[in-house]
Amino acid sequence: MFPKPPSLGKVLIFWQSWWDTQEKEGILPERAEEAKLKAKYPSLGQKPGGSDFLMKRLQKGQKYFDSGDYNMAKAKMKNKQLPSAGPDKNLVTGDHIPTPQDLPQRKSSLVTSKLAG
Amino acid sequence: EIDWSDIISTVEFNHSGELLATGDKGGRVVIFQQEQENKIQSHSRGEYNVYSTFQSHEPEFDYLKSLEIEEKINKIRWLPQKNAAQFLLSTNDKTIKLWKISERDKRPEGYNLKEEDGRYRDPTTVTTLRVPVFRPMDLMVEASPRRIFANAHTYHINSISINSDYETYLSADDLRINLWHLEITDRSFNIVDIKPANMEELTEVITAAEFHPNSCNTFVYSSSKGTIRLCDMRASALCDRHSKLFEEPEDPSNRSFFSEIISSISDVKFSHSGRYMMTRDYLSVKIWDLNMENRPVETYQVHEYLRSKLCSLYENDCIFDKFECCWNGSDSVVMTGSYNNFFRMFDRNTKRDITLEASRENNKPRTVLKPRKVCASGKRKKDEISVDSLDFNKKILHTAWHPKENIIAVATTNNLYIFQDKVN
Repeated sequence: MFPKPPSLGKVLIFWQSWWDTQEKEGILPERAEEAKLKAKYPSLGQKPGGSDFLMKRLQKGQKYFDSGDYNMAKAKMKNKQLPSAGPDKNLVTGDHIPTPQDLPQRKSSLVTSKLAG
Repeated sequence: EIDWSDIISTVEFNHSGELLATGDKGGRVVIFQQEQENKIQSHSRGEYNVYSTFQSHEPEFDYLKSLEIEEKINKIRWLPQKNAAQFLLSTNDKTIKLWKISERDKRPEGYNLKEEDGRYRDPTTVTTLRVPVFRPMDLMVEASPRRIFANAHTYHINSISINSDYETYLSADDLRINLWHLEITDRSFNIVDIKPANMEELTEVITAAEFHPNSCNTFVYSSSKGTIRLCDMRASALCDRHSKLFEEPEDPSNRSFFSEIISSISDVKFSHSGRYMMTRDYLSVKIWDLNMENRPVETYQVHEYLRSKLCSLYENDCIFDKFECCWNGSDSVVMTGSYNNFFRMFDRNTKRDITLEASRENNKPRTVLKPRKVCASGKRKKDEISVDSLDFNKKILHTAWHPKENIIAVATTNNLYIFQDKVN
């Protein structure tokens, strides 16, 4: 004797609760996160992977005003690490127009990697 | 406080596994060499010690665009050894260099016209002649740049891959792939160009590329949209049209703002056999059979619990982190990194996976690593770590597996860990 099949009403209830579980486990987390993001940044573009985002990726790298700006920035960084760098070269600005020879050149790294320590 | 230039940017074993090279943000390469096995202490394999270190790349300035060119080493690839010297290719964003690493353990002594310190002798004091002889000296390892492959990439180089012919190699940037001959530096062939005529129409970029390990005419490249294209150089000179396109169909109802970003492939690696390839996207590792284009044959979730954190991971840019992946020597296990200095291994045969941690605080040397577990939600068991206490600044992006043995190299931000399985 076969067991009595479930009535149609019970089948529908089962299906609905199964679907709710699927929603909660799979789809909702990402959508919930998306909603959170849109709430914080309403002006976020419609095309997330679109041109702007990719263009930013292609353009990576710090921009400087010109090569002089770049060399000065590098020198500032180097002077922090190597306090023994020539003091004369640092007194260039303010007194006279610097020439390329006066500007501190980027020295090759004297600091060895800590892995080679 | 981490010195920015110490951040490790690439890790690679050579073909025998005897040497391990690391590259860092400061443009330096450090090579480790495995100690030759001590016959008496056969219970453990040799340790890796520093063998050589050199400055590979220097920062440069692009005058045309007023942009800095970082000295960070993006990739290192070893050539197979042909003679006593070792050769490797190292690349930053714009320039690839071929380095020769050679040993010197003898030096000539007894010159007639020079003192031992190099100063020239007064010729009038030389009364006899002798033949200089080679005498042993302390081992010196020298690295010298043998080729510089420059000015071929407008965009940033993300991959280099040496062909199985050992004569040519490819370099890939965001939009183009070039083919070089190792002997020729003033010329390269462009083999893939996906730059649109109008840059406004740009929809995807090249994220990684690799030559097939056995077929010298075949290579693959992955994209930011989650696709992999296999190209055959015999088909045409410019491989803009792929021979195979590997893409897993996506259920459009599952699409969200993050879908494309997390589907971007950060690494692609052929298996040693050449039958399969592995791709890494933000949340998973996928294994593809080269004979089947419409879906991967295996998918492994690396850190699925991050799916409910995508908003904050987008805000702190972590969603753009580029994790690499690697195969073990027999292609039976794959490994990739995660956050909190965790890394994951998936055994393709047993379907078991493990999470381990690379950190000094939690592991004493020579002890077996304890498996870790992240608690996604609900009650946190003892020893589990909750998703909210993960440190997203501690990323393991670069890992490497010895080609023959169960020795792995795992790079945290600025430290290198070398693990091996227990040998009894």
